[in-house]
Amino acid sequence: MELINIFIKAAFIENMVLAYFLGMCSYLAVSKTLDTAFGLGLAVIFVLGITMPINWIITTFLLSESGLLGMDLTFLRFILFIAVIASMVQLVEMVIEKYSPALYASLGIFLPLITVNCAILGGSLFMVAREYSFTESVSFGLGSGFGFFLAIVAIAAIREKIRYSNVPGPLRGLGMAFILTGLMGIGFMSLMGIDPSAFTGS
Amino acid sequence: MADTKTLDKSQLEEKKPLFGKRERRLITDPINDNNPITVQVLGICSALAITTQVSPAVVMTLAVIFVMGFANLFTSLLRHSIPKQVRMIVMLIIIAFLVTVVELSLKAINYPIYQELSVFIGLIITNCIIMGRLEAFAMADKPWPSFLDGVGNAMGYGAILIIVAFFRELFGSGSLMGWELFGPGEQFMINTDAHWWLSWYMPNNLMVLSASALFVIGILIWIHRAWNRKLIDVS
Repeated sequence: MELINIFIKAAFIENMVLAYFLGMCSYLAVSKTLDTAFGLGLAVIFVLGITMPINWIITTFLLSESGLLGMDLTFLRFILFIAVIASMVQLVEMVIEKYSPALYASLGIFLPLITVNCAILGGSLFMVAREYSFTESVSFGLGSGFGFFLAIVAIAAIREKIRYSNVPGPLRGLGMAFILTGLMGIGFMSLMGIDPSAFTGS
Repeated sequence: MADTKTLDKSQLEEKKPLFGKRERRLITDPINDNNPITVQVLGICSALAITTQVSPAVVMTLAVIFVMGFANLFTSLLRHSIPKQVRMIVMLIIIAFLVTVVELSLKAINYPIYQELSVFIGLIITNCIIMGRLEAFAMADKPWPSFLDGVGNAMGYGAILIIVAFFRELFGSGSLMGWELFGPGEQFMINTDAHWWLSWYMPNNLMVLSASALFVIGILIWIHRAWNRKLIDVS
């Protein structure tokens, strides 16, 4: 039950994009069409779901004082986390390039930029700060990935609809996406502070 | 613009001026026609996070100009020896190295500002504008144009950052660069409570939230594209 709570909390209440405004670059740039947004969302779920447990293992067994090296190496956290994330993104890039060249072409530069998507590094840092256990970190990683997926698919669907509405010319596309995201963020603020354990009874 | 010149001969290169037409365009393009934030959609996260006040935005701009210029230069120098499969890790190490240089120099030069801004300086590593330009430009072009591209893009980014921070600080907390200008209370230069015709005014707390940065940038895009109409999204 605890794991479900963490998943729901990460996906809806503390949504990376709409509550913390992390990972905005790829969120705004790749949400032009639903298909690419869907593909990027899946890639982010994968990267977050994999890097979070790996980074948990690194912090617990390598960097902490009670770990294998017996030294407090937390100052190396950033560089190691980034290295793990970069190698996972590189893996995803190679897989997508091989199996879906169309998606690879449409994601363009924003596929390698998942590496510097602050939602992913931010997720790992939140995981350390909140002292999650291994299983909890898996659940948190998948939950925040799902939150990102949900947000990017939602904005892509709205942007596909809004293309046919009468938006003032200069505001078309990117400008409207910014304002819509701001409104969605204010909407998500109303969910803040809800405690999911009150509903699932654990 | 990135991939047009690959067939230059070395003799021609020596005669080229240091600031030819192309070099000038590399600096000026990102400020208007190809702005990193309003056109390329790079570096949005930090534009939301650090624009509540003007002074962090200014320091961030200077730091990003330094990091981007030299990251582009180093990546461009190394571009033939970086294997494609590990390029991201190499880029990140270059960026992390430069960010550490900035962080430690700031610590040595001005400790109070360092204490205030150390978190933001660390954020430069995950600023996608730097890696975006490394991928799009420095991996495919010569060192000097890459350096200029980095500086130009950082200036375009900084311009937007400072404009957004100006409005958010002015209307969010009634101050600019820490100088308290107007608002209800004795500490402000114009105390709106003291004048009956101004007593309706309150600093708008919504401007301090990240959501308002999205509105401000959205409106900025609107104004920018209304003025520079070739950027209008026709699709």
